[in-house]
Amino acid sequence: MQLDEIKIGGLGASRRRVEDNRFIRGKGNYVDDIVLPGMLHMEILRSPLAHARIKSIDTTKAWAIPGVRLVMTGETMASRNLAWMPTLSYDTQAVLATDKVRFQGQEVACVIADDPYIAKDACEAIVVEYEPLPVIVNPQQALAPGAPLIRDDKENQLDNVVFDWAVGDKDGTDRAFAAADVVSKLELHYPRSHPSPLESCGSIADFDRATSKLTVYMTTQAPHIIRAAVALVAELPEHMIRIISPDLGGGFGNKVPVYPGYVASILASILLERPVKWIEDKTGNLISTGFARDIYLHGEMALRKDGKILGVRMHTDSDHGAFFSDAQPSKFKIGLMHSTFACYDIPAAHLTARGVYTNKAPGGVAYRCSFRVTEAMFFQERMVQAAADDLGIDQAEFRRINFVRDDDFPHRTAFGFLTDSGQYGKCLDVGLEAIGYQDFLRQKAEAAKQGRLLGIGISTMTEPLGAGNSREYDILGIKMFDSAELRVHMTGKAILRTGAKSQGQGHETTWAQIVAHELGIPADDVTVEEGDTDTAPFGMGTYASRSTPVAGAAVAMVSRKIRAKARKLAAHLLEVSEEDIEWELGRFYVRSSPDRGVTIQECAMAAYSNVPDGLEPGLENNAYYDPPNLTWPFACYIATVEVDPGTGVWDVLNMVAVDDCGVRINPMIVEGQIMGGLTEAYAMASMQFITFDAEGNCVGSNFMDYLLPTAWETPGFELHEVVTPCPHHPIGAKGIGECATVGGPAAFVNAVMDAIKGIGVRNIDMPLLPDRVYEALTERHDVSGAPPVKMDDR
Amino acid sequence: MYPSRFRYEAPRSVEEAIALLHQGGGEAKVLAGGQSLVPMLKLRFASPEMLVDINNLPGLDYLRVDADGTIRIGALCRHADLEKSTLLAAHQPTMAAAAPLVADPIVRNRGTLVGSLCHADPQGDWASVMIALGGHIVAQGPKGRRKIAVADLMKGPFQTVLAYDELAIEAVVPAPKGVAGGGYLKLERRVGDFATVGVAIAIETSAGSVIRAGIGLTGVGGSTINAVDAAGALLGGPLTADTIARASELAAQAAQPRSDHRGSATYKRHIVSTFVTRILTSVPDSKGKAA
Amino acid sequence: MSSLFAEVPPEPASDVPVRRVTINVNGEARTAVIEPRLLLAHLLRQGFGLTGTHTGCDTTNCGVCTVLFDGTPIKSCTMLAVQADGHNILTVEGLAGASELHPVQEAFKDEHGLQCGFCTPGMMLTAKAFLETNPDPTEDEVRWALSGNLCRCTGYQNIVKSVLAAAEKLRGQAGN
Repeated sequence: MQLDEIKIGGLGASRRRVEDNRFIRGKGNYVDDIVLPGMLHMEILRSPLAHARIKSIDTTKAWAIPGVRLVMTGETMASRNLAWMPTLSYDTQAVLATDKVRFQGQEVACVIADDPYIAKDACEAIVVEYEPLPVIVNPQQALAPGAPLIRDDKENQLDNVVFDWAVGDKDGTDRAFAAADVVSKLELHYPRSHPSPLESCGSIADFDRATSKLTVYMTTQAPHIIRAAVALVAELPEHMIRIISPDLGGGFGNKVPVYPGYVASILASILLERPVKWIEDKTGNLISTGFARDIYLHGEMALRKDGKILGVRMHTDSDHGAFFSDAQPSKFKIGLMHSTFACYDIPAAHLTARGVYTNKAPGGVAYRCSFRVTEAMFFQERMVQAAADDLGIDQAEFRRINFVRDDDFPHRTAFGFLTDSGQYGKCLDVGLEAIGYQDFLRQKAEAAKQGRLLGIGISTMTEPLGAGNSREYDILGIKMFDSAELRVHMTGKAILRTGAKSQGQGHETTWAQIVAHELGIPADDVTVEEGDTDTAPFGMGTYASRSTPVAGAAVAMVSRKIRAKARKLAAHLLEVSEEDIEWELGRFYVRSSPDRGVTIQECAMAAYSNVPDGLEPGLENNAYYDPPNLTWPFACYIATVEVDPGTGVWDVLNMVAVDDCGVRINPMIVEGQIMGGLTEAYAMASMQFITFDAEGNCVGSNFMDYLLPTAWETPGFELHEVVTPCPHHPIGAKGIGECATVGGPAAFVNAVMDAIKGIGVRNIDMPLLPDRVYEALTERHDVSGAPPVKMDDR
Repeated sequence: MYPSRFRYEAPRSVEEAIALLHQGGGEAKVLAGGQSLVPMLKLRFASPEMLVDINNLPGLDYLRVDADGTIRIGALCRHADLEKSTLLAAHQPTMAAAAPLVADPIVRNRGTLVGSLCHADPQGDWASVMIALGGHIVAQGPKGRRKIAVADLMKGPFQTVLAYDELAIEAVVPAPKGVAGGGYLKLERRVGDFATVGVAIAIETSAGSVIRAGIGLTGVGGSTINAVDAAGALLGGPLTADTIARASELAAQAAQPRSDHRGSATYKRHIVSTFVTRILTSVPDSKGKAA
Repeated sequence: MSSLFAEVPPEPASDVPVRRVTINVNGEARTAVIEPRLLLAHLLRQGFGLTGTHTGCDTTNCGVCTVLFDGTPIKSCTMLAVQADGHNILTVEGLAGASELHPVQEAFKDEHGLQCGFCTPGMMLTAKAFLETNPDPTEDEVRWALSGNLCRCTGYQNIVKSVLAAAEKLRGQAGN
């Protein structure tokens, strides 16, 4: 009798999560939970100013405090050639400032002490004399003639421009605009945001002089990249570095880069020969670690009267802060921004992108996003709605007119990406049906008669997830493949390790399900381990929704290698030739005599106890998977809202999500990812942003000002699915972790814009705070959210 | 995240607490619910030499109503006690409306109304409510007790007229002379956010006529604002669309908001007026809605 | 407890004032000598090794440090450890019985009420205390009760489901 795949926790089973057993008992093992013998504690002194020359640093009083073991400044770092470190985008970043500070919150000094309270006391005792310099908080200021030069440390850097880049067909796009009936334009700012996992960043560096081995426990989504980076930066031999990423309290892209705190804790441990723990406070996390977005769009669409899009022209100005440290692995300067409009059949498109330095924290991390895809899809869907309105065509119909058709795959987009699968029209239909589109339009018209403002917003998009293929994607030259190693023990139990790193996605649960699907070994019999570079195979980590597309594929492929070897063992056990053997889930049998068979577990036992001549013993293997293409999930998000004209407050009435992420390994976990993503989308649309005043002070440096929604404000979500398997992924899966964060914001914003339609307002920048909506309603003009924010003195 | 060092005392009597405050000579802070003070210690916005923890003082956790209708709230009465109070729900609409909007549910388990008043945060909710109600606190110092109207308590942001060796031991809401009405509206972007704007209104009506009115404004000035003129516009007759409009206008004028990331000054002023209108039109017997 | 060996500082303690406190944690009396400035969350984590209580923000917003103080949820990063002297503290480690999980714990697992697990201990303790005062809540009441605890992963919907499922289970137990 064949195994029931769902019962053994295989593909499609909403298997309860393995990792929960420790989390619900408070037995998770996060970096700050780890205590090593003799461990010291590090705290960082940060700059209160956004741009200033450092005139002097006096650490005398800090050294004098009992319990202080070490005080480090930029000078200490420089003595080891560690004052600067390379970023993931081929720039440099100060570890501890030597010459000047370039953003508020920049790391200036560190204290290592017996406990963190003493370390904090000593930080306060350090006296730094600053000479303030003029501050830049947006691209306009950065590009103004005579603007102060932020990166005067770099030779040949004569202005504040990081890059100037273009992609697409300029001439073809110009022709499309010349032929257009209507040109629709939009100016937007996608505000600076922060991934803000509840667990901040931190590390424990433990250098053992006796063995010369450096072990670092670190909040990292990509431990192997960190190992490579530490080897390069600290000039330590790679085999003498062990990075362990234990349980992570969320990541969302925040825990991809290398941060000064990590480097400082490592040097401190080397100098003191004791373990040094650094746990960042929330303010430090919000003001200094990887921000996301902060990008301005000028967008234009060439349209034909009947609704056909003829061409798209976009220019972006992106604000990268003081150091260009975007964590993105493509050769494209502005990430995958040009994946914009991938779900629409656009004849011609052209994108120019300019990046600038400002006096703000560096980062440019892909916050629950595949390298600027969030901005790309937000711009796309806001432009689409504006275009539909400009043409007077229903927003759903306008999308349908321009979607890539189901029979048009593979489809080469105007910017050169290859999309490979999808049922866009069907997803939209499911969404419209679920939200009750026609009914709502009637309801909205009815409500309008009583002065009530109802609106509906749609966002549809396909996005490239799962970098990469090694031709186009690498980090510092390291190719974006991923890996899995599977060891099947003699009793048929197994341990699987991958190069990915779960931070809440549930890899310990889902990877075992792929093994169960491929080998018929019950998922409960498979242990999954990740995050320890001494034991896990080399991989690029977890971000950009790449785990299932890449590491997940490697899990399937290594399982198939194991099955191939098990087949040889089965032939031996069944005394037939391999060609006479058939496979069904968990069992090989003789084709001509199906009753004669051996289970995968029996094969495993034979691998260690009864190996035929000429075959290696053991049943373990590894696989490195280099995907042929990105995966292209599709999503349709529809929100309905009501705006209170008296206050500008808006409430979500309904939110429907239709996701097509191909085959779902664990539907329960997939739905959890979607709901989490939708919440972050709602957060960005409604309240979550980091801004700066004219002096470069960060407004949003803690959870009193950087607002994350609670259970109370967060709307309920209704989820639907469509399944179009990925044609190149071994089990047909596509990425999903980020779709809702990427596609969701435009649905909410479009809904609010729809509610106030007809008063001549084209845009309100996110977040749609009540005062911005009210201003748009009453003043009837667009509302910009660009910094500096106006802050009256009291 | 790590407070600096301080001396910690947990007195067992009010007298002992006052003696300690006196001894502290202005460098001591009173620790009640701690939901504002402890975060300030953690961020090192405050580094007092001594903390006088009053949580062990007996008999200060009361919420009671005297026979004449006076409401008394002890220094250790928590926000959650006020939120759950059936008594307030039945008799004091302004307080009942405000109690669930203070901070978040867990903070409410610990924070106190009296502590909130003494913290003197212009964005605090209770000060507006108590100003609207004409409430006062009772402060005890080495020389005895005195009453301080909440309207007179704040000197500026985070500053009160309390002497360094005075301890606020209770807050008092005088007995109403008519039927109590009113409410509290707060514009916050999410639970636990500080008020962008908060408006507290308390009125008393007798024979259809407003005989007492108070309006307090949260978050629109350097201190909580007592909108005296706006409240005055409601007196002497029934609530009508006209009186409500007048009060709304005067309240907006009384506000001294500043522009910040929570909104422009113009917007905040508008919200004051909108909230005054909304609270007053929802008062039972209000004639405002008909207009 | 072992009396075999305990390291003592080489010199007499400094002039930093310390206090001796005894706190009943998860049913067990724990005694420690602490500086008054030590936060309760840090005593539980670093002092008593109960690392299920997390710390997430500096400003008393996130609630990942929530514990029950004499049965009531409080944010343990916003209480001095010295204030807990003589009181009862329940942390996530004390939520399960000797052999079985608390229904709230079971429900969080069954309903996928957690992802990274960082907010989970605080969420569960808030939920436990809430269900003791309101055994049959509506969805809105659950959302309101949980609004002092932030979660970045789940979008709350499954947390709410977990609490409602736990409520049902607890009512079933009470009925028996």
